[in-house]
Amino acid sequence: MSAPDEIAGKQSVPFEAAEARVGDRPGIARAGSRYLWAVAAAVLAALLPLVATNFVLFQLTLVMVYGLAILGLNLLTGFNGQFSLGHSAFYGIGAYTAAILMDRWDVAYFYTLPAAGAVCFVVGFLFGLPALRLQNLYLALATFALATAMPQILKFGPLEAFTGGVQGIVLIKPDAPFGLPLNPDQWLYYFTLAVLLLLVAAAWNLVHSRSGRAIMAIRDHPIAAASMGINSALYKTLTFGVSALYTGIGGALGAIVVQFVAPDSFNFLLSVSFLVGLVVGGVGSIPGSIVGGLFVLYVPNIAERVSTGLSGAIYGVILLLVVYVMPSGAAGFARFLAASLGRMRQSRLNRSVGRSP
Amino acid sequence: MELLLQQVMAGLATGAIYACMALAVVMIYQAIDHLNFAQGEMAMFSTFIAWQLLQWGVPYWGAFVAAVAVSFVGGVAIERILFRPIHHAPVLTQLVAFIALFGILNSSAGEIWNFTIKEFPTPFGRGPLFGGHLISTHDAGMIVVTVVILALLYLFFRGSRLGLAMRAAAANPDSARLVGIRVGWMIALGWGMSAAIGAVAGMLIAPVVFLEPNMMLGVLLYGFAGAVLGGLSSPGGAVLGGFAVGVIENLAGAFIPYFGRELKLTIALIVIVAVLLVRPSGVFGRSVVSRV
Repeated sequence: MSAPDEIAGKQSVPFEAAEARVGDRPGIARAGSRYLWAVAAAVLAALLPLVATNFVLFQLTLVMVYGLAILGLNLLTGFNGQFSLGHSAFYGIGAYTAAILMDRWDVAYFYTLPAAGAVCFVVGFLFGLPALRLQNLYLALATFALATAMPQILKFGPLEAFTGGVQGIVLIKPDAPFGLPLNPDQWLYYFTLAVLLLLVAAAWNLVHSRSGRAIMAIRDHPIAAASMGINSALYKTLTFGVSALYTGIGGALGAIVVQFVAPDSFNFLLSVSFLVGLVVGGVGSIPGSIVGGLFVLYVPNIAERVSTGLSGAIYGVILLLVVYVMPSGAAGFARFLAASLGRMRQSRLNRSVGRSP
Repeated sequence: MELLLQQVMAGLATGAIYACMALAVVMIYQAIDHLNFAQGEMAMFSTFIAWQLLQWGVPYWGAFVAAVAVSFVGGVAIERILFRPIHHAPVLTQLVAFIALFGILNSSAGEIWNFTIKEFPTPFGRGPLFGGHLISTHDAGMIVVTVVILALLYLFFRGSRLGLAMRAAAANPDSARLVGIRVGWMIALGWGMSAAIGAVAGMLIAPVVFLEPNMMLGVLLYGFAGAVLGGLSSPGGAVLGGFAVGVIENLAGAFIPYFGRELKLTIALIVIVAVLLVRPSGVFGRSVVSRV
């Protein structure tokens, strides 16, 4: 068993294989029902602001922000098999890019997203170059170094004119444009939702393209991939860049939503919670990333509510239970449910048709 | 020159802490092929147990031995109860289980013994060694203990049947099983030993950093860095790596002008990553070659 394979997980099934296994029905119908689910989820998400309070909307906006960051990590770890404990740094770079542009140069908030994405892509790509030589735990250490360095760099004296030092930067919440009858929380919710849908669609297309297959081939069998003529180094560094881009845009949105950035919120522990979200949602699953966002935002709060003193222990117990029940994450669990449902339906169909196999 | 020597010695003293932890990290890595992210919290918990025994009036060495024994049993129990069921789960899933264990131990310790800083006694005394002010007797004792443990481990793994069986179980579980080694119990034994070494490390570190639930986080991370720098397949390399991290960190803080002090940990990590780029499997590690 080769090393990157182990990281991505023995149980993470490539998309096509999973589809083939789930449905005995024709591929088109299967894909159709998948689109149906996606559209239903999007419509539901779009209708939520009509009923939810502002605080709930704020939380859900953050869920989408974290989901986006986890999606970035997923592209790298889940699809390309590269490990990272450094995504808090990319999230932080994205957040600070947005914050500095808005605070120092009065750039409109929506222009900061592409800027943050571009900056993070370049940083991620450059970081991907040395990462090429490192595997597994050694790569984990290198990315961990990045995560540890980031708060210290942000606090670094000579940069204080831009970063605001330890105090960080306070931002102003944007109002809805064009006189739309929405309050700022509702508007930011819709804005984030739109960005999320756009980026999810892009990620979906990426992993189902020729490049996506190359990225996954490198994860599944690097030696075979290289001998098939895939430029491993190029794809790995590009994936690092794209992954950082996603997480960075997540960070920029996070800064706009929370209206505040400070160096110590982008520490190693944020990377750990991204990792938890990735595993809970499902390694190598795009919708799973959003589920991971839900977990990262809500479960610590729930643990806190059960017991303030023991919140860490309760969080740990919940996490262990989740790992036991769904060792391959929510996505794997959903696949398992769908498969057993399909089998049940199939056997009922067989019986009603007339007992002959 | 005086300053350089002083900084190197101070670095070795800090490095001894990292080396202790790095050794425990490599031990469990050899046994289970994963880094245990909860290692530091396990050590912290063991140290609290020793502290509690001391509070109850048990003499130092009695508490020391009892804490090591309890940790060994605890380590075996954690493997049997928590990690055996997910032995075949993906690596990332196991990593998350480690994070869960981390949260549980950290938070329970805070609830049982609260978060106020506690003093932990040292058996070596706190005076300066040889009358100089470079290094204290406790630091020297810590370095000696680390080296002694390393030697004992070497003898155990090279010279005993059990050590050989453990190495076989880690290197090739399937073949080991075929020659009659109970691989599952070897893994549990590895957990027990690494918990025991962690307990020793915790009790040596506690007099320096003071006892509290979060005392191990920084130590563990730099212990990891040391272990990775030295090479995860080499216990001796891990110890040297731990010392190296301590020394590099101190020298960077003292000698790089302007931003050295503020960014010394960052600089240490950058140096480590740079070394890894030249030697991707650690300085003393073997690189793994796979057959296609």
